[in-house]
Amino acid sequence: MSDSTIDPRLLRAPPKRPLRLSWSDERVRGIVWQVVVVGIVGAIVWWLWSNTVHNLEVRRIATGFGFLDREAGLPIAESLIEYSPADTYFRALLVGLLNTLKVAVVGILLATILGTLVGIARLSRNWLLAKLAGIYVEVIRDLPLLLQLLFWYAILQGLPGPRQALNPAEGVFLSNRGLKLPILEWQAAHSWTLLAFLAGALGTWAFRRAARARQMQDGQPRRIWPVALALMLGLPVAVWAALGAPWSIDWPALRGFNFRGGMTISPEYFALLLGLVLYTAGFIAEIVRAGILAVPHGQWEAAQALGLRSGQVLSRIVLPQALRVIVPPMTSQYLNLTKNSSLAVAIGYQDIVSIANTTLNQTGQAIEGIAIIMLVYLTISLSISLFMNWYNARIALVER
Amino acid sequence: MSNTTTNIQLGTAVARVPGEASAPRKPPVTSTGFIGWLRSNLFSSWLSTAVTLVLLYLVIRWAIGFIEWGVINAVWSVPNNQTQACRDLEGAGACWAVITEKHRFILFGTYPYEEHWRPALVCVLFIGLYTVSAMRRFWRKELALIWAATLAAIGVLMWGGVFGLSYVPQERWGGLPITLILATFGLAFAFPLAILVALGRRSQLPAIKVLCVLYVELIRGVPLISLLFMASVMFPLFLPEGMNIDKLLRAQIAIILFAGAYLAEVVRGGLQALPKGQYEAADALGLSYWQKTGLIILPQALRLVIPPLVNTFIGFFKDTSLVLIIGIFDLLTAGKTAIIEPAWQGFGVEVYVTVGAIYFVFCFAMSKYSQALEAELNRHRRR
Repeated sequence: MSDSTIDPRLLRAPPKRPLRLSWSDERVRGIVWQVVVVGIVGAIVWWLWSNTVHNLEVRRIATGFGFLDREAGLPIAESLIEYSPADTYFRALLVGLLNTLKVAVVGILLATILGTLVGIARLSRNWLLAKLAGIYVEVIRDLPLLLQLLFWYAILQGLPGPRQALNPAEGVFLSNRGLKLPILEWQAAHSWTLLAFLAGALGTWAFRRAARARQMQDGQPRRIWPVALALMLGLPVAVWAALGAPWSIDWPALRGFNFRGGMTISPEYFALLLGLVLYTAGFIAEIVRAGILAVPHGQWEAAQALGLRSGQVLSRIVLPQALRVIVPPMTSQYLNLTKNSSLAVAIGYQDIVSIANTTLNQTGQAIEGIAIIMLVYLTISLSISLFMNWYNARIALVER
Repeated sequence: MSNTTTNIQLGTAVARVPGEASAPRKPPVTSTGFIGWLRSNLFSSWLSTAVTLVLLYLVIRWAIGFIEWGVINAVWSVPNNQTQACRDLEGAGACWAVITEKHRFILFGTYPYEEHWRPALVCVLFIGLYTVSAMRRFWRKELALIWAATLAAIGVLMWGGVFGLSYVPQERWGGLPITLILATFGLAFAFPLAILVALGRRSQLPAIKVLCVLYVELIRGVPLISLLFMASVMFPLFLPEGMNIDKLLRAQIAIILFAGAYLAEVVRGGLQALPKGQYEAADALGLSYWQKTGLIILPQALRLVIPPLVNTFIGFFKDTSLVLIIGIFDLLTAGKTAIIEPAWQGFGVEVYVTVGAIYFVFCFAMSKYSQALEAELNRHRRR
């Protein structure tokens, strides 16, 4: 048929018109507009830059990052690494960065879990559950996050002191000094157990790959869970038992006016985490709900007609399709949560923004301080974006 | 009826006796009406029943607790800042006296007390402006005039100095008007900026495209706080000596730049969703770029993205509260400041609940409006 073959004339590149130096030539206009816009933007930037240089000279502010090596002298309440006020600004900022990551990573995990549960609850056939989830989402999304953080912080500060601490469970104390939890005392044997678990996980992954490859050849699905159980649970337990099965728990206890021992979650961290998780979960719930609703009902019915069990329907048919809708907006929620963690400065949790702000107040290095904040967030944002884009590409629909 | 049908076997073709009016039998009581609704929505299985009972218990318990705290045990007013009555409650009841005492301060900040009718009128004008803008019958060119007139009136009312109104310097403004000013002016300026940036990002001209991509990605990659810090700390360094812009305006500029980047992405979504044929048809008609954009592309693209636009508006309305961190006196800052006084310390929860209710009313109205609009605009798609 002559219709199906493309006219060879269409495949040829269109003839190049010579550039005419006239306003009626589109390309000339384009070049002129670009020169004008770039010129204006460049002029503004140059004007701001020259003002800044002049102002810095007048105010005798030395630029550069030399201040990072100086002694910070700023106390930091909670830190994941060794820190004292005698350390350098660089180390103080590093502590701030780790504090930001600590709240962002834990927040993303918890918000994903809570958001998914609420999103599914909103689709529940139980009217009361669905309505309550709906009210939660509506209320939490219509209140400013900063207000919520201040609210939770006010509630935590209004709690009784350590002596009258709330004691909801054995070894758990909630007071205006924060949340106290019992914690496992870490010993060498535990490190080995953890190592065994990681090795087990790696082994499971390798076995799964091999099983998949063989299934591709002979079409027989192989059971993975017994091997996974043995490698990821059995192996660590065996290692732990072989090393004498040591364990002891550090219980918090009231000594004088405060608690000793156990793990402390400071009121600032707790309020920030609580606010961020509850707020972001409201948005994630809507994303999850939209993702599940986006899978046509026929897909459920077709899967059931094929005789798949309900767990299989969810994991093999519905979730892979829903995830394609869920992942891109989820990425922006993760980015939002990370960026929103900068509100920590309002309730006194010392994250990177708070410490950079103190640094710039102490040293007067405003430009460097803000540049550090922006650089850190740009790096985190780009990393999360890259990872989620990779994940998105992996689960995307493969077309032709 | 039953005695005539008893001798007819069920399932046979002659289920009806000719000449007899046979009303269809009603479904059993347990599957219709209120009981049926309860059975299918709350007690459909034992799991559902358990969930219902547990939730019902929690909701009722929480509601009783809240009413006890907020109404029964609450203290509504105290004489001359003597908060002992509130402190004696030890958290068993709310101290609404803090609101009774401080509501003027929370709403209008340090604006001169006897002039409070002016910011109050400003808030009413803002709400009127939003209401008019929300009605589709006012969606025409005259709306821009209404906006300009209202915003000018708001400026006159806030500053004063003319028409016999006393002059009030900007440092004394505060509370709800500041929140509304930041949000409204922010969006009024960010929106045109966003359209230009979105068009620039879709442009064929590489230099313009690169500039727009850089702007959008840089702004979206950093938190609003860092921009606000920049506005409050770094901005004075950018300007020539002697030139000074006040803090509120600097924060406003930061919010405009921030909102512009996010709105640009929403608008770009609309531009991308428009079928390519629309662009080509406009080109084929011989329209210039700006004719094509203004007459064909934008009216359709913006219509597509109205719901996400409103959602972004809600986000920015909430985000204006972040100016608290650089010490600008908006609604939330006023609320936080109201409880700094030693007599009122520790009543943060009551104040935040009240301030939250104000934010909620605005955001909830916008969110409901967006949902209604979405349904209306998509009516032609529904079958």
